[in-house]
Amino acid sequence: MTESVLRLENIDKFYGPVGLGVHAVRDVSMEVEEGDIIALLGSSGCGKTSTLRMIAGFEETSRGKIHLAGREVQKLPPVRRHVAMAFEGYSLYPTVNVRDNIAFALKAARLPAAEVAAKVQEVAEMLEITDILDRSPNSLSGGQQQRASLARALIRDADLYLLDEPMGQLEPQLRTLLRGRIKFFIKERGMTAILVTHDQTEANALADKIAVMEEGVLQQYATPAEIKDRPANLFTGTFVGEPPMNVFPVTAAASGGRLSIALADGVVLDYAESDFAAEVRDRILTRGDVMIGVRPYAVHRSETGPTATIQANQWLGDQSHIAASFAGQTVVLVEHHRADVAIGEPISIRVDAHDLHVFDAETGMAISHGPELA
Amino acid sequence: MEHTSTLEKALRGVAITCVILFFMFPIFWIVLMSFQTNETILRVPPSIIFDPTIQNYVALITGRLETSAGSLEINFMSNLWNSLFLSSASVAVGLILGVPAAYAFGRLKFRGSEDIAFTLLSFRFAPPLLVLLPLTIYFQQIGLADTYFGLIWVYQLIVLPLILWIVRGYFEDIPADIENAYRVAGHSWFSTFRKVALPLAMPGIAAAGLLAFIFAWNNFIFALVLASADKQPVTVGALAFVTASGIQYGQVAAGVVLSILPTLALALYAQRYLVEGLSLGAVKG
Ligand SMILES: Nc1ncnc2c1ncn2[C@@H]1O[C@H](COP(=O)(O)OP(=O)(O)OP(=O)(O)O)[C@@H](O)[C@H]1O
Ligand SMILES: [Mg+2]
Repeated sequence: MTESVLRLENIDKFYGPVGLGVHAVRDVSMEVEEGDIIALLGSSGCGKTSTLRMIAGFEETSRGKIHLAGREVQKLPPVRRHVAMAFEGYSLYPTVNVRDNIAFALKAARLPAAEVAAKVQEVAEMLEITDILDRSPNSLSGGQQQRASLARALIRDADLYLLDEPMGQLEPQLRTLLRGRIKFFIKERGMTAILVTHDQTEANALADKIAVMEEGVLQQYATPAEIKDRPANLFTGTFVGEPPMNVFPVTAAASGGRLSIALADGVVLDYAESDFAAEVRDRILTRGDVMIGVRPYAVHRSETGPTATIQANQWLGDQSHIAASFAGQTVVLVEHHRADVAIGEPISIRVDAHDLHVFDAETGMAISHGPELA
Repeated sequence: MEHTSTLEKALRGVAITCVILFFMFPIFWIVLMSFQTNETILRVPPSIIFDPTIQNYVALITGRLETSAGSLEINFMSNLWNSLFLSSASVAVGLILGVPAAYAFGRLKFRGSEDIAFTLLSFRFAPPLLVLLPLTIYFQQIGLADTYFGLIWVYQLIVLPLILWIVRGYFEDIPADIENAYRVAGHSWFSTFRKVALPLAMPGIAAAGLLAFIFAWNNFIFALVLASADKQPVTVGALAFVTASGIQYGQVAAGVVLSILPTLALALYAQRYLVEGLSLGAVKG
């Protein structure tokens, strides 16, 4: 078995005394295989940057172990870890121009000048920054600094590349263009990267696996498809996916071969017991009070079923987002054509059993996805 | 500020002239005095018309002071040299000790670091006389009294806190991640300190060094108490002009002019650093 590039073993980060200070990262364990791109997703302040800084060695690892390329590194200084990092705040060397910023590490490693120049040119072309190579960092826009900083990281030879929101300052068009190029660049060279992003499209497009974090806890670490189809808990379910998953508190009951799921305001979704595996039914019925989650594109308008009243209908050019009041709250539907419904109009709602995600109301942990246990 | 009327300009000119006159007049007067004899200086009313003489300077430079009571040895030039040596050496030692310490206080937050840094600063609050008495006794016992080494050591009380606190602010202003970027690219913390932190803090270090030099140069009391004639700087040496036959105002003035020349030259030369360096935040992220 080949050793993974990075293995985090129950790492914790406290800013301040262990057990007392800000507990920014909580008992995170994960493994990154060589050649993979990992997207680190989570709300602001959830501990993404702290995690990267512990891996790079700028912050002490309060507890736990970090293995990098087969070595235990949590006690080693950054110089001995052999990682490259693009910083959230860019952090270019203010005294030298962009070209020298990018070439710094290569020059220090005494690569021949011609080779350095060629490499700088290649990365600069990829990131569309050839025109600013001779400028000083202080004269650059945020997006330019960001790309220079990304170039400085990508040009290096390292075991692991830590990219902290490398494209946050760019406009969507450029971001989409660069996203493809960066992925190609990384994959072509077999590089391993962890990329922090707030952009789910970016995470889905670039990443082999997505790590979802919240309040310092790693909520789920899985492929994009798995995160979408089998969210481990309510947080992942609602955090990943645009627009977010609809969530309703419900009470489940079985009678006469039917499983009825009662929402608020007397709204009932009715299924055949056979729509769910026996153990799923058991788990749902023994819990009684659970939460159900349904992705917006899995909420359908139909002929029969409980009614909802349209509150808003937005056509985004390629899909319609419809909001309707339903079971005492708002349900969102996505349709991939221009929906012809007016505000105030009643519609009937259908949710298929295989699109139902059931979560424990107390812990938020997933119980089942469609007919199967989580 | 683009549309300043003529009146506004004129008023501003007048105001600036007043300020310059006010601050420069004593220096101007000292310079005039240095070219006069005691008789013309003590004339009532004073006048700026006189026969200039360079006798005062000659006396200082040759080291022979002719007074009505006879001739007197003065070692002004060796005092000047002492000042130069004591101040430069003190600042050099202060920088060697203070800059790495400032970096440590600025970057590594360790237990008690604030307290230590503050204690060092508090040396500046204490009246020098408070420490001088015990210091003199100790110095005499361990043989450091009246040595350059001992003086430079004591001068650290003046220069070290100054350097430490100014430079520390500079290091704190450098975003830590600029250094981290360098460290993660395969450099030890020491080479990061040398190649990234030091150059970026250079304006601050220069400013601190310059200020420390001026403070050391102007010091009076430490040298007065701890040094004998052959190790005294100009500030103390000027006392020699208070002779039995009266105060030699002309020579005092000439001595002052000569003794402010080095610091003036240094300040003019490093003006850019001083202004840049003392306006914190000059290092842009
Ligand atoms: N040096 C520090 N001292 C104290 N607390 C800190 C420090 N750095 C970060 N924190 C805290 O740790 C938590 C995690 O911060 P972190 O920077 O890792 O978040 P993040 O996920 O990167 O957020 P963002 O998406 O906004 O960049 C936050 O609550 C933050 O306030
Ligand atoms: Mg962050």
